[in-house]
Amino acid sequence: MEENIEIKIKIKKSLYEQILKEAERSGFNSLDEFFEFILEQLVESEGAEEASLSEEEEEKVRERLRALGYID
Amino acid sequence: MVSKPHGGKLVNRVVTGKRREHLLEESRELPRIEINYERLIDLMDIAYGVFSPLEGFVTQEDYLHILYDMRLSNDLPWTIPVILDVDPEEIQGVKEGDDIALAYDGKIYAIMRIEEIYGWDKKEYVEHVYKTTDPNHPGVVKIYKMKELLIGGPIDLLNELKHPLEHRILWPIETRVLFREKGWKNIVAFQTRNVPHRGHEYVQKAALTFTDGLLIHPLIGWKKPGDYKDEVIFAAYEALIKHYYPKDVVVLAGLLMNMRYAGPREAVHHAIVRKNFGCTHFIIGRDHAGVGNYYGPYDAWYIFQEFPDLGITPLFIREAFYCRKCGGMVNEKICPHSDEYRVKISGTKLRQMIKNGEIPPEYMMRPEVAKVVINFKNPFVE
Repeated sequence: MEENIEIKIKIKKSLYEQILKEAERSGFNSLDEFFEFILEQLVESEGAEEASLSEEEEEKVRERLRALGYID
Repeated sequence: MVSKPHGGKLVNRVVTGKRREHLLEESRELPRIEINYERLIDLMDIAYGVFSPLEGFVTQEDYLHILYDMRLSNDLPWTIPVILDVDPEEIQGVKEGDDIALAYDGKIYAIMRIEEIYGWDKKEYVEHVYKTTDPNHPGVVKIYKMKELLIGGPIDLLNELKHPLEHRILWPIETRVLFREKGWKNIVAFQTRNVPHRGHEYVQKAALTFTDGLLIHPLIGWKKPGDYKDEVIFAAYEALIKHYYPKDVVVLAGLLMNMRYAGPREAVHHAIVRKNFGCTHFIIGRDHAGVGNYYGPYDAWYIFQEFPDLGITPLFIREAFYCRKCGGMVNEKICPHSDEYRVKISGTKLRQMIKNGEIPPEYMMRPEVAKVVINFKNPFVE
């Protein structure tokens, strides 16, 4: 398994209490798990495309979709 | 936006161009293992990213984590080990670290790097994955017929599988581009291995109300006798979409994947697969991926509580039925009337009517769909 790094952050108490409730409601076993999941989602949404297709490769995909009638 | 692939990256193990020519040449000199058709489909699914993040058949560490924890060794949710079985004689002289060629019907499809050769306990597998050791369960039967050893390691696909329905099959990269072309950000997937009746239509439309688009995703792959043939399912859905869905809200595409009939575990597996196709939501109905009476009608809902980090939203939609008092298709949550007004749609009864060439009543199946299905001489797998 990948190595873990411990970090300390300061957040508002009211936010912390809300996060505790949300983590429990969502079914996570610990706050660590919950934070890791949220941060992963955030990083992935800002991160690189899922499969970097070249323009040529993407056009090839579009050609197939056109040929099969999925797009014009 | 469309879902990121499971694990963050869409796997692509399809080799093309000069590298493919070189590897094909090399593969002819390698020890060769003949695989069966189901393993070939698994191979395709790995190569085209359907099973992202898997890059090959699982090694023992992942295999055991999946069985016991329903997660990969890196803690990513994964509920069904994707395994490749061999007999000891087939890999005589082959050791971990070697490359082998995987062939089907004498044709090489891939090169595999053997990272690990390991033994397995079939009883342990079926107990965990199928929650039964009943030799009558179709999935259990298959496991017990598999070979003595498992090999794990990454694959490189060198040849595509020519399939009679390849014009129906879209791979994850293709649906992702398609959804982007359509401007869809929220997409709900509906898994099926049946022709559509009114209950299916109701469930799909209920989900579609909240999303930009619907992916109707029939499974193409191994099925048990009595299942509808693939071409029948597609023809039936085309009739339904043509007459009863607005234009441009539905994509009908085939998923080449083996059905395992593993109930709850397979429901999660199916959700992960649809996440790889770019879907943000996945419909889980009654007895998803079940067979016979092995699983409770809503067992496939409860298992999702163990995966708050799945990355695709399951939509739990109850079974639909026709209520004479409500005057339409409803479900238990929204219909206040007693059983005397409720008419359930029985898949068995529908099958019988179709076998007899009878058009079912309209509250069970749209007449346009029924006519298409009945027109097939033998709509069922034998």
